[in-house]
Amino acid sequence: MSATEAVFRVFRGGREGGEMREYRVPVSPGMVVLDAVHWIQAHGAPDLAVRWNCKAAKCGSCSAEVNGKPRLMCKSRLDSLPLDRPVVVRPMKTFPVIKDLVTDVSWNFEAAKRIPPFTPRPGVEWKYDQADADRVQEFRKCIECFLCQNVCHVLREHDKKGAFVGPAMLVRAAGYELHPLDGLTRTGFLREQGGIGLCNITKCCTEVCPESIRITDNAIIPLKERVVDDFYDPLRWLWRKVTGKG
Amino acid sequence: MNGSTPLAAGGFGATQRRDAWWIEPAITAFVLGGFVVYANWAAFRNRDFSFGPYLSPLYSPNLEHLLGPGVWPSGLPSWFPRSPAFLIMWAPAGFRLTCYYYRKAYYRSFTAHPPACGVSEGNRGYRGETAFPLVLQNLHRYLLYAVLLLLGFQWYDVALGFRFEDGFGVGVGSLVIAGTMALLTGYTLSCHSLRHLAGGKVDCFSCVRFGEARRRLFLGLSRMNEHHMLWAWVSLFSVIFADLYVLLCAKGIWTDLRLL
Repeated sequence: MSATEAVFRVFRGGREGGEMREYRVPVSPGMVVLDAVHWIQAHGAPDLAVRWNCKAAKCGSCSAEVNGKPRLMCKSRLDSLPLDRPVVVRPMKTFPVIKDLVTDVSWNFEAAKRIPPFTPRPGVEWKYDQADADRVQEFRKCIECFLCQNVCHVLREHDKKGAFVGPAMLVRAAGYELHPLDGLTRTGFLREQGGIGLCNITKCCTEVCPESIRITDNAIIPLKERVVDDFYDPLRWLWRKVTGKG
Repeated sequence: MNGSTPLAAGGFGATQRRDAWWIEPAITAFVLGGFVVYANWAAFRNRDFSFGPYLSPLYSPNLEHLLGPGVWPSGLPSWFPRSPAFLIMWAPAGFRLTCYYYRKAYYRSFTAHPPACGVSEGNRGYRGETAFPLVLQNLHRYLLYAVLLLLGFQWYDVALGFRFEDGFGVGVGSLVIAGTMALLTGYTLSCHSLRHLAGGKVDCFSCVRFGEARRRLFLGLSRMNEHHMLWAWVSLFSVIFADLYVLLCAKGIWTDLRLL
């Protein structure tokens, strides 16, 4: 193999299984894994299925596992990978494969529907300070690549999709819950249907987020603390019983 | 080479990752386990924990000052080790045990849920923090309260570390103990629960009383919180270092240098 060529082992198959096939791809400066997949499509495997759109790490379409790590293929530069061995490209493990590198991520949209939506306080003035918007703006950076859902061991290893909405949906819930105009309390949902107690904050979601959202520290833990406020704090419980407040 | 491949990874430790993913949890397990062993040894030692005006942070606050010389709380079971460290350490130990950072560290290193990102846990049951005993992690804030109280007493002991027989002075030990306490304070102030209690639970700072002050406090604690892991480790090492420093001085192995 010349220094300007890399070997890619790409998953080919569907829901029932498949195989890893090798392709030799010429390497050029600045090339990313998605470029290599496109080269493979153009030079010998036109039926290779891959979902992509912007090629700028903003649409969240080309999520996959490159050498076992959940990443956006368009953000995985070849010069950051060891090319002395084949580069392994597989579909996201947590979601059912449709074909090759394309997975069915529709469960995420179903999970999103379960979250009680943004509900403004009655009669609220539709105006708020930038300082109050700062926290929730971080969550708006989410590009719905679902890499965090893919790497979360609660979904990936234990397949608790019925009991846990996953980190991406907790980010979404935090975007509503922490919004300065929102008037709804979602702690009951988060504890029961959202399954926030299943998250053991091992931060893999934060590690893979291509938008560098501090998912665990800024979304999940603040929500966990609010759940503690309402369900696990004995003094607060006593205070509510005695005063009937809050 | 082409070959059939299952989509689901195999048993424990199965992964497509090529890096040495096991190094980080292994080092964490070794260091955390080592600290637990050291802290227990230091607590059971029950001697050489003070030298001149210095008091090991594992034995601070000085219970002899609080309870009286030689006084031991009545009502404790007979099996309870007669060392003041055990009357103190439950609070910082519990605080660290339920800490959001340490939870990540030991879930990965000791329970392997998961051992590393994208690495299989094998076919094991999982209930997260929804059931006993891990549901008790939710009491982290109460251990925070205990540690904040403890910090007040411990800073008093830091001040005493500058009071020598001939009056005010500064020894290397004074600085070691003060530095340790500064790092312990940094770790405590960077706590996620404190950040929540200070302002994290407020959605609209401009809508509440003292909103601007709370926002500034929240932002300050958030900046510290970004480095919670660093605070956790350096404060842990500093406690060992300070305890060893006092121990070596007390045994006459190390000579404390008086600076002022």
